[in-house]
Amino acid sequence: MSWISRGLIALASIIMIGIYFKPLWEITLYAPQYREGLKMIIWVNKITGGTPHDLRNINLLNHYVGMKKIDPNSIPELKILPVIFGFMIFLGFLTAVTGNTKLLYAWAVLITIIGIASLVDFWWWEYDYGHNLNPHAPIKIPGMAYQPPMFGCKNLLNFRACAFPSTGTYLLAVSGTLGVISAVIEFFRRRKTQ
Amino acid sequence: MKAKLKLTLFSAVAAGLVSMPSFAQSPAEKVYVPHGKHDEFYAFLSGGYNGQVGVYGLPSGRLLRVIPVFSVFPMNGYGYSEETKAMLMTSHGFIPWGDTHHPELSQTNGVPDGRWLFINENNTPRVARIDLRTFETTEIIEIPFSAGNHASSFITPDSKYVTAATRFSIPIPQKDVPIAEYKKYFKGTLTFIRADKPGKMDIAFQILVPGYDYDLAHCGKGPSYGWCFFTSYNTEQAHTLLEINASMKDKDYIAAVNWKRAEQCIAEGKYKEVKTKYAHNYRPETDRIARTEWKTSVKWIIPKECPGVVYYLPTPKSPHGVDVSPDGKYIIGGGKLATVIPIHSFDKMINAIKNKQFAGEIDGIPVLKYEAVNHCELPNPCLGPLHTEFDGKGHAYTSCFISSDVVIYDYKKCKVVSRVPTYYSVGHLMIPGGDSAKPWGKYLLPMNKITKDVFLPTGAELPHAGQLYDISKSSVTGGKPEFLLDVAELGEPHYAQAIPAKILAPKSIKIFELDKNKNPYVTRSEEEAKVVRKGNVVHVYMTAIRSHFTPDNIEGVKVGDTVYFHVTNIEQDWDIPHGFAVFGAKNSNLLIMPGETLTLKWKPEKPGVYPFYCTDFCSALHQEMQGYVRVSPKDANVPIKYGTGEEMHVVK
Repeated sequence: MSWISRGLIALASIIMIGIYFKPLWEITLYAPQYREGLKMIIWVNKITGGTPHDLRNINLLNHYVGMKKIDPNSIPELKILPVIFGFMIFLGFLTAVTGNTKLLYAWAVLITIIGIASLVDFWWWEYDYGHNLNPHAPIKIPGMAYQPPMFGCKNLLNFRACAFPSTGTYLLAVSGTLGVISAVIEFFRRRKTQ
Repeated sequence: MKAKLKLTLFSAVAAGLVSMPSFAQSPAEKVYVPHGKHDEFYAFLSGGYNGQVGVYGLPSGRLLRVIPVFSVFPMNGYGYSEETKAMLMTSHGFIPWGDTHHPELSQTNGVPDGRWLFINENNTPRVARIDLRTFETTEIIEIPFSAGNHASSFITPDSKYVTAATRFSIPIPQKDVPIAEYKKYFKGTLTFIRADKPGKMDIAFQILVPGYDYDLAHCGKGPSYGWCFFTSYNTEQAHTLLEINASMKDKDYIAAVNWKRAEQCIAEGKYKEVKTKYAHNYRPETDRIARTEWKTSVKWIIPKECPGVVYYLPTPKSPHGVDVSPDGKYIIGGGKLATVIPIHSFDKMINAIKNKQFAGEIDGIPVLKYEAVNHCELPNPCLGPLHTEFDGKGHAYTSCFISSDVVIYDYKKCKVVSRVPTYYSVGHLMIPGGDSAKPWGKYLLPMNKITKDVFLPTGAELPHAGQLYDISKSSVTGGKPEFLLDVAELGEPHYAQAIPAKILAPKSIKIFELDKNKNPYVTRSEEEAKVVRKGNVVHVYMTAIRSHFTPDNIEGVKVGDTVYFHVTNIEQDWDIPHGFAVFGAKNSNLLIMPGETLTLKWKPEKPGVYPFYCTDFCSALHQEMQGYVRVSPKDANVPIKYGTGEEMHVVK
């Protein structure tokens, strides 16, 4: 492996550490009486609110339409994802140190799969959150589901829900891209030398 | 090219000049606060006989909040809930009403700082502290050996003391004497209350003074720091038909109290410890449960035994207000029956004391010579001058009751600048920070005693009226204040205080943190809700959240029981209060803020099923926020049973 590729995969791993310190996604709910917005912030290992009480207040409002309570403890992804990314960081550094090209390819393939799987999983979670409603909810509107958007904004009854990726996701994208570039460089370098 | 540039410049300047008049706002524009914007000032107006403080926004004049202080307030349960009852305890027992007079903001270096508002009660002498983070009354101290606590609650520039005094002299200590022997038995007290420590209000000392009517006060600042000034009338010592008998003398007195000297006398042991009993009520921010501490003695200073503690400044005709200029150098007396406004000089007073320019002595209190202390007499001011505020630009504004106007004058040069009318018969007046070392001289609010035709008639009883004036330009250009608005007021505002919103608004809390709720009867979650019987007493640990109570069905209560509903609002969102009312309750409802626990006592008298409900329209399903208590006969064998929704818990 070239020093450039080793440097790139090391950099990718360093950047990936950032996702433990920056949120991945932010969903904000606006309403006439919530001009400042109720904010739900998704991290790799937790879900927090824009204020210490936002999550509680979102749950409270959502119970009227029968949405499930968001309880970070009951979301397995928040326990699995930190381990997965921890492994990827470790693997990245191992690749950089050993210069093993196979490890590098494995890293590139894995991060692509993890990235896509995470997005699909997130969508499914949002789908379930918005569709799996308590049949005894006080407010029932036929045909209405409350799945929040993934990118952009959407009107859900009196709320306007806006969701956008946050710093952590961008760091992850940069990290993944750097790793893939590293793998591509190695791939073409190999082909040239062969 | 150059010519073109010149032309452009010229047109720009011309356009600017032409458009300038359009920047001048009309009075309507000046008081209009559009949606999304807030008022520039908070104004705190005493409510007089309603025992409350009204919080208004200025310049809009909108009433924002009523703070109950010395009167019960069924709107939110103040004085009724178990957590607030003790606030109204006195040595005479629980008193549901009071007469609020003079609000005073706490100060740092003579400038209002927005920590607290103090206010006095005139009828059963007391002084209260209002915490300006919550806009709630948190502390009340009773003043022993006092009656008609009117010269109160004026503050020292460091908030160390607030004043109290006897407008009505009484036998001190109280005893059964013929009223006609007033001169022999009746005395006054000038009281200094330690005020700078929340929860620790204390009578620092009382100065025993001759039995006159001590009317109003203000404390010195800057050079006059260490002094407070109290007006007196009825130095004639009349006890009947005072309107004639107390208006005989040409001059009464302003009592100048050197409180630094008083502190010295206390330190030197020159005081008398007197046994008595008075209440100190405090509602701490931890458990928010008011409690009464009984205090048992006060320190008396007798002027004869502490020379230099009080001097009398002769002042014309039953002076009412006494106000100290922002620089602390001038003391203006509102001689309400006088034809002039006397302005005393603090420097002259100190010199007169040094040179012993005394006209006499009363009970060990030297009377200074009028000419020796008087800076000037403002000639032909108005009729019935009462109170004075300052704009911080060298002008004094004195309210004149009889002539229904405010006279504006340069108090150093003793020269009238202008006058503005009031509608009608103005009492107090207020400029934001107008009695402090640094007035925000933008608005003037005279508060009137007679309203008549100012507003739509509302039967015989009318609201009091205040007039808002813009005085921001009046002092600089010599121009007149601009009339802006009539403000309809609650009760009878005596004095008022105002402070820029930017100082106060950021301090205002939004919710009470549930985690920090230290009420022993708090219910932090629905799982913790329960009903506990202890003999004849039933404690209901209840939660309120949109849109239900837990428990909302309660059985096993019996006639003869005393039921305590300890309701915790477990919301943690801004402006989501819940109310609680139960059928037949003889006290009031509760209005419970997010994170707060309040308790309502209820004694059911007849068997039956009694509904309770949320009184504050909290949510879309507010109407569903209701429940029932089943009350069984005294000898019934119904177990305690409670729950919401699912299965009922049965207590065996």
